[in-house]
Amino acid sequence: MKFKKSPDSKGHFGVYGGRFVPETLMPALIELEKAYKAHKEDRAFLHELIQLQKDYIGRPTPLYHAKNLSEKLGGAKIYLKREDLCHTGAHKINNAIGQALLAKKMGKRRLIAETGAGQHGVATATGAALTGLECEIYMGSEDVRRQALNVFRMRLLGAKVTEVDIGSRTLKDAINEALRDWTTNVHTTHYVLGTVFGPHPFPVMVRDFQSVIGKEARRQILNAEKKLPDCLIACVGGGSNSIGLFYAFLDDDVRMVGVEAGGRGIGSGEHAARFAGGSLGVFQGCKSYLLQNDEGNVLGTHSVSAGLDYASVGPEHCFLRDMKRVEYTFATDEEAMKAFALLSETEGIIPALESAHAVAEASKIAPSMSGDSVIIVNLSGRGDKDVQEVARIKGITL
Amino acid sequence: MNRIEKIFKTKRAQNSKIFIPYIMSGDPSLEHTKRYVAELEEAGADIIELGVPFSDPLADGPTIQRASERALAQGVTLRKCLELVREIRQTSQVPLILMTYFNPVFKYGIAAFIKEASDAGVDGVIVPDLIPDEADEFIRAARQRGLDTIFLLAPTSTEDRIGKVVKAATGFIYYVSITGITGSKLSIGEPMKDMLALIKNSTRKPVAVGFGISTPEEAAAAAKMADGIIIGSAIVRLIAEGKDIKDFAKKIKEAI
Ligand SMILES: Cc1ncc(COP(=O)(O)O)c(C=O)c1O
Repeated sequence: MKFKKSPDSKGHFGVYGGRFVPETLMPALIELEKAYKAHKEDRAFLHELIQLQKDYIGRPTPLYHAKNLSEKLGGAKIYLKREDLCHTGAHKINNAIGQALLAKKMGKRRLIAETGAGQHGVATATGAALTGLECEIYMGSEDVRRQALNVFRMRLLGAKVTEVDIGSRTLKDAINEALRDWTTNVHTTHYVLGTVFGPHPFPVMVRDFQSVIGKEARRQILNAEKKLPDCLIACVGGGSNSIGLFYAFLDDDVRMVGVEAGGRGIGSGEHAARFAGGSLGVFQGCKSYLLQNDEGNVLGTHSVSAGLDYASVGPEHCFLRDMKRVEYTFATDEEAMKAFALLSETEGIIPALESAHAVAEASKIAPSMSGDSVIIVNLSGRGDKDVQEVARIKGITL
Repeated sequence: MNRIEKIFKTKRAQNSKIFIPYIMSGDPSLEHTKRYVAELEEAGADIIELGVPFSDPLADGPTIQRASERALAQGVTLRKCLELVREIRQTSQVPLILMTYFNPVFKYGIAAFIKEASDAGVDGVIVPDLIPDEADEFIRAARQRGLDTIFLLAPTSTEDRIGKVVKAATGFIYYVSITGITGSKLSIGEPMKDMLALIKNSTRKPVAVGFGISTPEEAAAAAKMADGIIIGSAIVRLIAEGKDIKDFAKKIKEAI
C-alpha cells in the first residue's frame, strides 16, 4: 500500500480535511492552491527556496547520534534530527520561508500568522523581514505571557504582535483572529498558517515545505547506519514537524510514533491529546479529530508546551492513524519536563518543551529495544524560549 | 411554499423590501430572546434570524463574539435553540432562520438536526463556515424537509463561485456586503451595486444584503440594491447595552 499521497481535488485525506471556511475566503484559497501548484513545479522558485534552505535556514540540519542519551537509557541507538539548529530555533522556519516566498511571488504585500509557542510567529516575522513584506502576528494573551521572549523577538524583527484576549486566549483563538484578519484583508494579505491544518491547500502545502526534514534524515541515516531506522518519533501539535519527518519514510518498513500533549493526564481533561480524548469534528477550516463537548463547542486544552496546546490535529494524521500507518500516543507535562532535563544533562542540548514530548517517548521505548536498533527523534526546536517558563514552574525567580 | 419563499414573493409583488434582524439566542437569556422576537415582529421584521452560540465564531466581529460568549455562559446549546423555536412557534408564524456554525450541527448529526429543526418550525439555516462544495449531505437532508439552505456570497466572489452558490441556495442568497466579518464598517457604493447586479444576472432567487449595516440611512441605501437587508451587530449592541430594540427596528423598517 502506498501511503505517500496527495489529498483529492477538494483537499480530503479520506474523510478528513476539506474546506470549511466563510465564502469570502474561497477565492483566496483557490488562488493560493493554483499559485502553489504552479510554483512547486517552477525551477526558479525551487532554486531560490533550496538556496535559502541552505544559506539562510542552515540546511541540511545534522542527524546527531546521541550516544550519551542512548547509553543512559540502554537499548536502541538514538539519533536526533537537529531542527533546533535551524535559523530561529525550530522547524517552523522551513514552512514560513516557503510561504513568504510564495506570497511575494503572488504579489501580496502583507503576511499574517497565528502563533502559540511563538516559534511560528518568529519564523513568519523573519520571512517577512527577508522578503520585505509587512507582518502582523496574532497570539493569545495566555501565550504572550508564557512566551515573552519570543514576543520581543517578533517585535525586534519588525512585526506587529497583536494579543488576542477572547476565548481561551491560546492558539485556537489566535487562529480565529488571523482568519478574521484574512477575511478582511484578503486582497493584500497572505495568511501563513503554521502547521498542517486548516482549509485546503494548507495541510498539503505545509507538509511539502516540511518534508525536507525526512528527505534529509533518510539520506543521513542510510549514510550513517547503512540501513533504515526502526522507529521515528516526533511530537504532534498541528502535526507539521512530525509529518515533515515521517513523509519520506511512509512507504518504508519503519515504525512511526506521533506524541501528543498529555498535559495533566487524559483523565484530568486538561490535555491536548486529540486522538486519546477527542472525536470527529469540523474546526477552523477542516474536518479532523477535535476536543469538543457534546454540543460541539471546542474545549479548552492544556499543555506545558504552548506549541502542542491545540484542540485539533492535521487531517492527514487522522488518515494515517486510520490506516494504522502511524501510531499516536501522548506524554504528560511531567514526563516532558523530565525529558527536558534528561536531554539537557546528558547531551548538553536544551530541547523545546514540545520536542521534549518526543524525547519522553523515546525514553519509554528505547530501553526495550535491541542495541543495534535505531530510533530517530525529531528535535523540532530548541528550548531557549522555554527557559523562563521552566524556571517559573520550578518556582525559581530569574 | 415555505414561509421564506412566501414572504419574498408577497413583498416583491408589493414592491417592498424585506427586513431581517439578527439576535443571538440566549443573550442575555432565552426568555429575553423570546420577548425580543415578539418585539421585532411587532416592529415589522419580515424574517428573524436567530444566532446559535459557538465557542469559536470565526466569521463574527467582537460584538457578536461577546454575545456568543454570554449565551454560552447561560448554557445555551443548539438543542435549546431548537426548543426556543418550538416555543416561539406556539404564538408566532414569523419566518425563522437559524444561523449556526457547522460543528454543532455536525456533532448533533446533520440529518437529525435538519429533521428536528424542521419539526420545531425553523424555515431556513445559514451556516457561515459551510460552503456548497462541502454541503452535499446537508443540502440533501434539507431538501427532503423543505428547509431552506441559505448560502453566502461576498465582494470577493468570482463568477465561478457565484454560479455554485446560487445553484445551492434556496430561500434567498445572503450577500455579505463587506470583505470582512460581522459588524465591520460598511461602504455602500458602486462596487456593491456591480456585484449585486452580477448576482442578479445569474439567478432569479432573492438576494438579501447584510454585515455592517447599522443605521436607517445605510439600510435604505442597501435595500435599494437588493430584495432585503439583514442587521445583526447593531441590534446585538443595543441588547448588550440594555437598550430598547423595538424603536430601532421600527426606524429601519420605515427607512426601507
Ligand atoms: C519547537 C516546536 N515543536 C513542535 C511544535 C508543534 O507544531 P507541529 O505539530 O506543527 O510541528 C511547535 C509549535 O509551535 C514548536 O514550536
